[in-house]
Amino acid sequence: MARIGVFICHCGENISATVDVEKVAREAEKLSGVGYAMDYKYMCSDPGQTKIIEAIKEHNLTGIVVGSCSPRMHEATFRKVAEKAGINPYLCEIANIREQVSWVHPKSDATTQKAIDIVRTLVQKVKRDSALFPIKVPVTKTALVVGGGIAGIQAALDIANAGHQVILVEKSPSIGGHMSQLSETFPTLDCSQCILTPRMVEVAQHPNITLHTYAEVESVSGFVGNFDVKVRLKARSVDLSKCTGCGTCWEKCPNKKIPDEFNAGLSFRTAIYTPFPQAVPNKPVIDREHCTWFLKGKCGLCAKNCPTGAINYDTQDEFIDLKVGAIVAATGFDIKHTDFFPEYGYGQFKDVIDGLQFERLASASGPTGGEIRRPSDGEIPEKIVFLACSGSRDKAKGIEYCSKICCMYTAKHAMLYKHKHHEGNAYIFYMDIRSAGKNYDEFVRRAVEEDDVHYIRGRVSRIYEKNGKLIVKGVDTLMNAEPIEIEADMVVLATAVVANQDAESVAQKMHISYDKHHFFAEAHPKLRPVETNTAGIMLAGACQTAKDIPDTVSQASAAASKVIGLFSADEMTREPVIAVVNRMMPPQFTTCTGCLLCMEVCPYHAIEREEIKDRRTGEILKVAAKVNAGLCQGCGTCVAFCRNKSIDLQGFSNQQMLSEVMALLNKPF
Amino acid sequence: MKIGFYPGCSLESSSKEYSTSLFAVAEKCGVTLEEIKDWSCCGASAAHSLSHDLSIALPARTLALAENQGMTEIVIPCAACYGRLAASQQAIINDEKVHQRIEGYIDLKFAGSIKLLTIFEFLQKYIFPVADQYIVNKLNQKTACYYGCLLARPKDLTKLKHPESPMEMEVVMEKAGATPVDWAFKTECCGAGFSMSRTDIVAKLSGKILEDAADRGADSIIVACPMCHSNLDLRRPEIKKQIKRDIDIPVLFITQALGLSMGIPAKDLGLDKHFVPTGNTVSCIVKKEA
Repeated sequence: MARIGVFICHCGENISATVDVEKVAREAEKLSGVGYAMDYKYMCSDPGQTKIIEAIKEHNLTGIVVGSCSPRMHEATFRKVAEKAGINPYLCEIANIREQVSWVHPKSDATTQKAIDIVRTLVQKVKRDSALFPIKVPVTKTALVVGGGIAGIQAALDIANAGHQVILVEKSPSIGGHMSQLSETFPTLDCSQCILTPRMVEVAQHPNITLHTYAEVESVSGFVGNFDVKVRLKARSVDLSKCTGCGTCWEKCPNKKIPDEFNAGLSFRTAIYTPFPQAVPNKPVIDREHCTWFLKGKCGLCAKNCPTGAINYDTQDEFIDLKVGAIVAATGFDIKHTDFFPEYGYGQFKDVIDGLQFERLASASGPTGGEIRRPSDGEIPEKIVFLACSGSRDKAKGIEYCSKICCMYTAKHAMLYKHKHHEGNAYIFYMDIRSAGKNYDEFVRRAVEEDDVHYIRGRVSRIYEKNGKLIVKGVDTLMNAEPIEIEADMVVLATAVVANQDAESVAQKMHISYDKHHFFAEAHPKLRPVETNTAGIMLAGACQTAKDIPDTVSQASAAASKVIGLFSADEMTREPVIAVVNRMMPPQFTTCTGCLLCMEVCPYHAIEREEIKDRRTGEILKVAAKVNAGLCQGCGTCVAFCRNKSIDLQGFSNQQMLSEVMALLNKPF
Repeated sequence: MKIGFYPGCSLESSSKEYSTSLFAVAEKCGVTLEEIKDWSCCGASAAHSLSHDLSIALPARTLALAENQGMTEIVIPCAACYGRLAASQQAIINDEKVHQRIEGYIDLKFAGSIKLLTIFEFLQKYIFPVADQYIVNKLNQKTACYYGCLLARPKDLTKLKHPESPMEMEVVMEKAGATPVDWAFKTECCGAGFSMSRTDIVAKLSGKILEDAADRGADSIIVACPMCHSNLDLRRPEIKKQIKRDIDIPVLFITQALGLSMGIPAKDLGLDKHFVPTGNTVSCIVKKEA
């Protein structure tokens, strides 16, 4: 026979000002199965907790209902109290009479009645509660970091420095990401490569980091603490153990007209190449899509000239299987290119370039050695127009969001240009200047006040070419809203930051959610910004949303700390609120018919097919669904879909839900 | 083949030749156009600046009449009329409340079932498949295809692939044997409704369009909107005064140019109705090589 204790909290005056708490306690006491009821000013306080413990012991209670604030607030507190008093913590239920009653209704009898009704439903539920025990899951203390930009580098170093093994997978031939392409960085104008390359080297030399470049994640299965990951090592055609990085191969390569990705298409590279001189690893790879040997079956110059015989055209893609406990997704971003803008010439004007191309022009390691020369004829432009918000914040273009980094880098671009070419004129068209960040607004003011950059608040409707000039037609919304035309020598579009082209498939492989723009979704926008909804997979950097370097590095360190936290124990404890498929004595085994509809609908891939076999003969007696306790998040979707009620959610069973509903309707159950 | 036809005010008056040439081309290709009986004004820019409901109800009346007259497709050559009719149909289809309200105003049942064709859609669907057998001439000149605003935009209504840099007219002109020029002003504003009230603004804006066409070597400008035509053609003296340059490039409707390539006499295409003489275009016609 159940003996339930009911404890009604006043929450100071938060509840008692509108709810007659004494009446709630009195009414609760009359309910069948209730052995004791009381009210108290602060139930969560130390004396309040002691009262609960004493009552449980004195009245030999089998379960408790605490009528107080939201379970989000103090469920954990009161479950601990129950445990201290010697009853299973899952036999404690919270009746939310604050957020759902006292805070949203005026003082009245109806309000008190609602509180009584809620308490009654929870009493019915707790009567059907059963003792649950936390699930223990072992943890593989190796992390996988996907993406070798600054986000992945930072996360990998932080995890490795905490003493755990890290496997870093990067799809391109070198780590470094977009940051390695940048010239100077805002707001300090320190050289991007100078601060990044030491980190890249550290990754390569770290004893706890295994680096796989030119590799991609093929599939992810398993669950938090126990992921199974398949990685494809793309055929590099160069034996890294033999190659010394001497460079003879790319000097001899006859195929020299391939647009160079590192220089954002502003220069050419060979078919066998290292992406840039500071690449890690600083060893080449053959781009098979452009290599004459692979296209026409002849040439072989690089192999003939390689002094160490490191080149092997016959290498194939290899697959490796990894066991990891946690994953950090740090796959980065892309930008829209100039061909996205019909009104700015669909990318047909050579001197209309994007922000990343300007970075390369301004970079000492770029195609012009850091001199800002326009792509069409190599002349130094006398007048450059910069267009912030090219594509961003533009619903008509399908990109409603702010790309966040452009205001700052456009100010930097104009500043770099003015520093290198004092006589030049720099104009910036902008919508708003969003320079929130440490020393950010000061930086923009410096561009305006010290470097004489002309800021024009307005949009540009069109760019066209006339007599060798780019005519930029726009409006100045501050100067009498006058239409203005500027004859520019070069135009730089601060194009929108977008998700990588393969972001959607990467997210699907990892079973993490993403938004309509294919940016990866965090578990909670404020309170869980680095975790995903899939336990054990964290986010770092611009794969989540547009981010600058400081934010990216912060998030990467946060993701690393989440991983380190996960790895701090040998076993992980998980809430037992998970789905279970019922089991019973043979010959029935379970009422599950093995239709596996639940498997289809489970958003966490937590349901597997189980074959129940005769132990002696191995004969398959029945096929049923089985819930993986490590993966299940307790959402209950499978319960709703199960045709014959064979799955139940522990702690929220169908019987319990029904008893609550019946209690609310004042009907016997 | 019988297709409904909505002229709107311009095609009855200042741009009569747009209508004349469209009918001439359609007839040549065996397509019959039938005018919607008792049609009324589309509301133009006046209605929607006064009342949103009025701007939907006026075109809805015409569309309802067309439905009742058994039409399933209508071509609306005027860019502004098309915009209003399409916007009205969309507003009604998308909102049942609006639908009921508007039916109440116009006192007619309206199902929103008619397919509305822009001039480009009409040409592509009904003229292109048979055009080759009727095109006998080559329009041996460079043309600047001018779209202005409403032929290309808003994208939701015009359904153009690249509203900021459309190519639909260029395709037609290439069929007619002309060489379209690549120019910068094809979707710039001509001054539009300021045609009457602020001719100085029209002269300035249309002047820039003409200048760019001239600078890129165009021999003619091709349009498909009555308003564009009148601003570029009728306002030439004001433009001349404004830009201090005498540009004599004629402005032809797309159907006139297409008609010339089909060997239809200039007079039957209304080419004598323009203010800027169209002689240079008429005289550049050569027989198409077999």
